[in-house]
Amino acid sequence: MLGKLTWAAIPFNQPIPLVTSIVMVCGILAILALITLKGWWPYLWNEWFASTDHKRIGVMYVALGLVMLIRGFADALMMRAQLALAQGGATGFLPPEHYDQIFSAHGTIMIFFVAMPFVIGLMNFVVPLQLGVRDVAFPVLNSVSFWLTASGVLLVNLSLFIGEFAKTGWLAYPPLSELAYSPGVGVDYYLWSLQISGLGTLLAGINFTTTILKMRTFGMSYMRMPIFCWTALASNLLIVAAFPILTATFALLLLDRYAGFHFFTDNLGGNAVMYINLIWCWGHPEVYILILPCFGVFSEVIATFSGKPLFGYHSMVVATMAICVLSFLVWLHHFFTMGASADVNGFFGVMTMIIAVPTGVKVFNWLFTMYGGSIRFTVPIYWTIGFMVTFTLGGLTGVLLSIPPADFVLHNSLFLIAHFHNVIIGGVVFGFMAGYNYWFPKAFGFTLDETLGKVIFWCWFIGFYLAFMPLYALGLMGATRRMQHYADPSWQPYMIAAFCGAALIFAGIGLMVVQLAWSIRTRERRRDLTGDPWNGRTLEWGTASPPPSWNFSVEPHVHGIDAFWAVKTKNKELHKVAESRYEADHKPHYETIHMPKRSGTGFVSAFFAVFLGFGLIWHIWWLVIVAVICCIGVLLRQAWDTDRDLYITAEELEDFDRRHPSLGAQL
Amino acid sequence: MNAANLALDAHGKPLPLSERGPASTWSMISFGFWLFLLSDIVIFSALFATYAVLSKATAGGPSGSDIFDLKNVFIETCCLLASSFTCGLMLIAAERRELQKFYLWAAVTWVLGACFIGLEVTEFSDLVARGFGPTHSAFLSAFFTLVGTHGCHVSSGLLWLLVMTAQVATLGLRTTVIRRLFCFSLFWHALDLVWIGVFTIVYLGSVHAA
Repeated sequence: MLGKLTWAAIPFNQPIPLVTSIVMVCGILAILALITLKGWWPYLWNEWFASTDHKRIGVMYVALGLVMLIRGFADALMMRAQLALAQGGATGFLPPEHYDQIFSAHGTIMIFFVAMPFVIGLMNFVVPLQLGVRDVAFPVLNSVSFWLTASGVLLVNLSLFIGEFAKTGWLAYPPLSELAYSPGVGVDYYLWSLQISGLGTLLAGINFTTTILKMRTFGMSYMRMPIFCWTALASNLLIVAAFPILTATFALLLLDRYAGFHFFTDNLGGNAVMYINLIWCWGHPEVYILILPCFGVFSEVIATFSGKPLFGYHSMVVATMAICVLSFLVWLHHFFTMGASADVNGFFGVMTMIIAVPTGVKVFNWLFTMYGGSIRFTVPIYWTIGFMVTFTLGGLTGVLLSIPPADFVLHNSLFLIAHFHNVIIGGVVFGFMAGYNYWFPKAFGFTLDETLGKVIFWCWFIGFYLAFMPLYALGLMGATRRMQHYADPSWQPYMIAAFCGAALIFAGIGLMVVQLAWSIRTRERRRDLTGDPWNGRTLEWGTASPPPSWNFSVEPHVHGIDAFWAVKTKNKELHKVAESRYEADHKPHYETIHMPKRSGTGFVSAFFAVFLGFGLIWHIWWLVIVAVICCIGVLLRQAWDTDRDLYITAEELEDFDRRHPSLGAQL
Repeated sequence: MNAANLALDAHGKPLPLSERGPASTWSMISFGFWLFLLSDIVIFSALFATYAVLSKATAGGPSGSDIFDLKNVFIETCCLLASSFTCGLMLIAAERRELQKFYLWAAVTWVLGACFIGLEVTEFSDLVARGFGPTHSAFLSAFFTLVGTHGCHVSSGLLWLLVMTAQVATLGLRTTVIRRLFCFSLFWHALDLVWIGVFTIVYLGSVHAA
C-alpha cells in the first residue's frame, strides 16, 4: 500500500534532522494557523497563488529563493563547523553518512532552488516592464512554471524528515548513483524533485524567449532593448537548449534505477562517462544561465548610478551572445581527468580560455561606463563594484583551472571549491543582491534601508574572502573536496578562518531579514511616489511603483536605447509635465485593454505533481496513477476553460493614472 | 491607432518588423510551440547521442542486425508518414470549417497512428519474449529508450488528437481550437521528422554496420 515507505524512514535516531524537521513543521503549522486566524487565505489565493501577473510571480520566485537560501546556508554552516573541528583524533559532530547528504543537498539547493529562483524571479519581474509590455507571452504557463519549481522545493525538503537525501554530490555521478551503490530513496528524491522543477524551468525558458522575441513594445527593435533583456534572452535560449539534456539524462538514470536498464551501470556495456558528458552538456550552459542575467543587472545598475549610457552597448550584446554560443563548447573542462585524449583536453582547454574573452570585454565596458560618470554610491553600486573585483579574481582562477595539466593537480580539491564559489557568490549572488536592492522600490513602492544594505554588503564581501581564500590555500596544500575529516592538524587554522567567514556571511543573511522588516516598518518615510527613485534610464521606471497589474496604461513608443531617459531629457521641467498631464493637450489616449484572468491551474497541477513525485520516490504506484489522472484532469479543465479574459476599461486606467502620477505617459 | 498606421514611420516609410510592437496571439503561440518542439528535439538528440555511443555495447548479446525486422519497420514508416499527410488534410478541413471532412481525416490520422503504435508494441513484446529485453545490454537499453520515447510521443499525440476531437465537438471550430489543431499538426509532423532519424540511424544503420 505504501511502497517502500515505513516508519523506519523517519529519522528518530538522528537528532539533527529530527529536531530540524520538528522545528520546520512547527514553523509551517504556525504560519498556516496565523493565515487562517487572520483570514488571509482569500487574499493569498486571489492575489498571489492564482495570480498570472508576472510581477507577483517574480516576487514569489525571489521569496522562494530567499527561504531556500537560509536552508542551503544552514548546510554550509554545518559543513564548515564540522571541518573546523574534525582534525586528527576529533571526529566532529556529523557522521560521514550525514555529511555526504549535507554537501549534496547544499549544492543541489543552492543551484536549483536558490540561484535559479533568484534569476528567474528577477527576469519575471523586470523583463516585461523593460520591454514596455503588459505581461509575458503565456501568463498561465508562467504560474505553472513557478509552482512546479515550488513542488521540487517541497520534495527536497520532505527528504529531510521522510527518508534521506542523495549522498552522491550535487550531480549524482553514476555508478555511485546507481541502485547497486545507492539503494535508498536519496537519489530518487534528487532525481524527481529536479525533473519536476526542471520542467518548470524549461517552460519558463520558452515563455521568456517568446516574450522577448515577439512581445516588445512599439519601436523597440532588438538593438534598443535594455541590456538586461538581452542577457535574459541569452539565458532563456540556453534554458531551452540545455534543460532538455538534463531531463533526458535524468530519465536515463531513472530507467537504470527503476527498470534495470544499463545506461550507466558498470556491467553489461553501461557507460558512466556518458552520463558525465551529458550532464555537463547541460551543466556548463547552466552556469551561464545563472550568470548572464546578473551581468545584465550590473549593466543596468552601473549605467543608472553613473548617470551615463552604458559604454559599448553593441559590444555588450555581441559579448553576451558569444558567451551564449561558446558555453556549449566547454563542457569537458569539468572532467579533464576522466580519460579523454590530450588533443580533446587541449581543445576544451583552449575553448575555456576563449570564453573568458567576452567576459573580459564586459568588465572593461563596465569600467568605462563608470569612468567620467558622477557615481552615486548606493547599495546596488556597492554590490556591483564588489562583483567586479571578486568575479575577476574568480575568473582568473578559472582560467588557471582551464589548463589541463594544472587541472590534473587541482581538480577535486578545495581550490576548485574556492573557484566556483568565487564566481557564483561573487557573480550570481552579488548580482541578485544588486538587482534586489535596485528593483525593490519598483516592486513594493518603497526603498530598502541603505545603511543596513551597506552593512549587509560588507558582511558578505569580507565574509566571502575570509571563507574562501583559505580554501584556495588548502587546495594547494592537497585538501580534497567532500572531505568529512582530515589528519593534518596544520590545516585546522585555515578551516577555522573559513568557518568564521561563513559565520560573517550568515550575519549578513540575518541582517537581510532585519533590513526587510525595518524597511517595511519605516515604509511611510521611504515611499517612492514618482515611480523613478534612482533617476533610471529604462522603461520600468516610467510607470508607478508598484506598477498596476497592466504595467502601462498606454503602451509606450520608444525611439532609442534608454527610452525613459530620452523622455526625461526632452522634458526639462519634469514635474510640471507630470502634473499637467491631465490637461487636455497632454491627456493620453486610453483604450480598454485585455488582461488574463487569475488561474489556479499552476498551483493545482503542481500540487498533484508533488504527490506524483512522492509516489514515484517511494514506489507507491496507486498514488502515481491517481496523481497522473489528476494532472491530466487539470490540463483538460484548462483546455475547456473559455472564460479567461479580463477587460480593464479606459476609465479605470485613467483613474489609476490620476492617483499615481508617473512620467510614463510621456512615452 | 490601427495596424496599418503602425507599419509606417513618420515619413511614411515602412517600419522594420522589429519595431512594430507586440506580435499577434497566433504568432506568439505558434512561435512558443516551435520552441517547445525544438526543446523536445534536444531531448531526442541526447537519446540519439546515447544510442550512437552504446550501439556497439551489446555485452555479448545480439546486435541490431540480429534482431531488427526491416519489413515491419517499413510498414510502420508508411503508416506514420501517411498519417502526417492525412493530418495536413485534417487541418485544411478545419480551417475551411468543413466539420465532416475534419472528423474523417482526424479518424484516419488516428487509426494510422494507432497502427504504428500497434506494430511497435508487437516488435517490442516480440523482442522481450525472445529474451532481448532492455535489461540485457546497454545497446538494448538505448534502443528501447530511443524508439520507446518516440512511441510515447506518438501515443500522447493520439491522446491529444482524441482531446482535440472532443474540443471540436463541444466548442466547435473556433479560433482557439483551430490554433490548438495547428500546434497538434506541428507536433505530429515533428514526430515524423524524428522517426526519419530513428529509421535511418537505428534500423538502416544496423544493416549498414552488419
